Amino acid sequence: MIENRPGLNLLAHLTLILGVCIVALPVWVAFVASTHGPTDFMSGTIPMWPGPHLVENYSRMLGGGLSTSGTPPVGTMMLNSLIMALSIAVGKIAISVLSAFAVVYFRFPLRGLAFWCIFVTLMLPVEVRIVPTFQVVADLGMLNSYAGLSIPLIASATATFLFRQVFLTIPDELTEAARIDGAGPMKFFRDILLPLSRTNIAALFVILFIYGWNQYLWPLLITTSSDYYTIVAGIKRMADAVDGLPQWHLVMATAMLAMIPPVVVVIGMQRLFVKGLVETEK
Amino acid sequence: MKRTLFRNQLLPWLLLAPQLIITFVFFLWPAAQAVRQSFLREDAFGTRTSFVGFDNFKALWSSAEYMNSLQVTAVFAISVTVLSMGLSLLLAIAVDRMIKSARVYSTLLVWPYAVAPAVAGILWWFIFNPTIGIMPYVLSQLGYNWNHISDKGDAMTLVVIASAWKQISYNFLFFLAGLQAIPASLREAAAIDGAGPVRRFFDITFPLLSPTTFFLLVVNIVYAMFDTFGVIDATTEGGPAQATNILVYKVYFDGFVGQNLGSSAAQSVVLMMLVLVLTVIQFRYVEKKVEY
Repeated sequence: MIENRPGLNLLAHLTLILGVCIVALPVWVAFVASTHGPTDFMSGTIPMWPGPHLVENYSRMLGGGLSTSGTPPVGTMMLNSLIMALSIAVGKIAISVLSAFAVVYFRFPLRGLAFWCIFVTLMLPVEVRIVPTFQVVADLGMLNSYAGLSIPLIASATATFLFRQVFLTIPDELTEAARIDGAGPMKFFRDILLPLSRTNIAALFVILFIYGWNQYLWPLLITTSSDYYTIVAGIKRMADAVDGLPQWHLVMATAMLAMIPPVVVVIGMQRLFVKGLVETEK
Repeated sequence: MKRTLFRNQLLPWLLLAPQLIITFVFFLWPAAQAVRQSFLREDAFGTRTSFVGFDNFKALWSSAEYMNSLQVTAVFAISVTVLSMGLSLLLAIAVDRMIKSARVYSTLLVWPYAVAPAVAGILWWFIFNPTIGIMPYVLSQLGYNWNHISDKGDAMTLVVIASAWKQISYNFLFFLAGLQAIPASLREAAAIDGAGPVRRFFDITFPLLSPTTFFLLVVNIVYAMFDTFGVIDATTEGGPAQATNILVYKVYFDGFVGQNLGSSAAQSVVLMMLVLVLTVIQFRYVEKKVEY
């Protein structure tokens, strides 16, 4: 702060409090709705304060789900989401760390072409080539499987670039020392490169976990069996399926459950999250 | 570039193999299929395909629906970008003034990043629900009759708010980082010279923030164009009367629901070229940033 202006400070606090409230409003409304019974929505506007049905609604959704909409229990969908998010995060990190190692520490013919192939994936988000990608996955028999949910999404130029950047800052002296001591490339990779990029891996993991958990279109298309529904894609089916009026208290309980894991990750690992966000955009 | 290298020739290919195989099977091959498909047309029964040259593209250009979708996408992307960046800049400037409470406010503002676009859509859909939502109730007290199911403008407003809300935390973090990177001595010098807070903002802070602003501009346009599928599908599904049918939604809808593969493929190709342009802009900017 440059100078003391109590008036401006007050204004800044008021702006922020208002901002925080606006940002929190939809979640508060969802939370309140998820604690009421079905009859509370019949009479005009939704209530603004929590009701008494919190435990009842959440345990019903986690264990039983909405039978009328053909979705499995929310617990199952959350487990599917978790498997998908973890596979995508671990898979992306694993293949990018290996390919970045190859690109930085080796010179081989067609190295430029390989790099270019990876770079191109930046320009092909799954949404823009959705029909042919779906076709490929269907032809490979990967519909309704965890492999189909995660593998097509794990190629990532961003993660490869990030690790390339990290490896380029690691001093050459370390590589020389390792070679003089007789370490081969894989030993160098395992004992020096990986430990040195630990925080980058953790930061990237936070971002990729959220990315994987929040996938919507892909799981919606390739899961036709309810055993593989993920929670984010499942909510839509829930809000749709009930003819006329959706059972808002249960839909909102599901929305809360869909939000809790990634939000907890962001708040609990805020420093890693910010680091990951800033690094992946460089 | 590294001076010390390993000499193996086979090993690097083994290390690259997983990434290259996945890229080829799930990225390059489908993209090539989209390009091929965009030059073909299937007959009504899907039994015969014939090469039609640029007909699918020409059909897009003369299709009123596609032109509408282009326009809707432009309005949507600009509104989301302006709304979200404006609010975030305001919040970032306010947090930048804080000393003790900056961390608490930041934490309270960053979490919407973690909410899935589809979930954000559902939340705002509920708030704006014409029969039981709070916002229509508040608006009706003010004399406005809200109905996003039949009114085009209301539907667009709803998807813009839901999409902008989710993006606030991202913009906020980058604006705050940009503000904190501006040397305090510059603003102090201006203050000593008698410039007030408003003058300092427009003459010093905002120009120095322009790399961040430009970067966020590109990121937000990309976000609004490609990452908001979930918001649209969970709420308006492109309606009413095509009012929120953005390009990515149309590709999906024409391909999967309408089964018009040639047209959907041509749309994919157009979108890929759009991403290409945006990526090039982003990268040129990144190169400049390195020179600073």
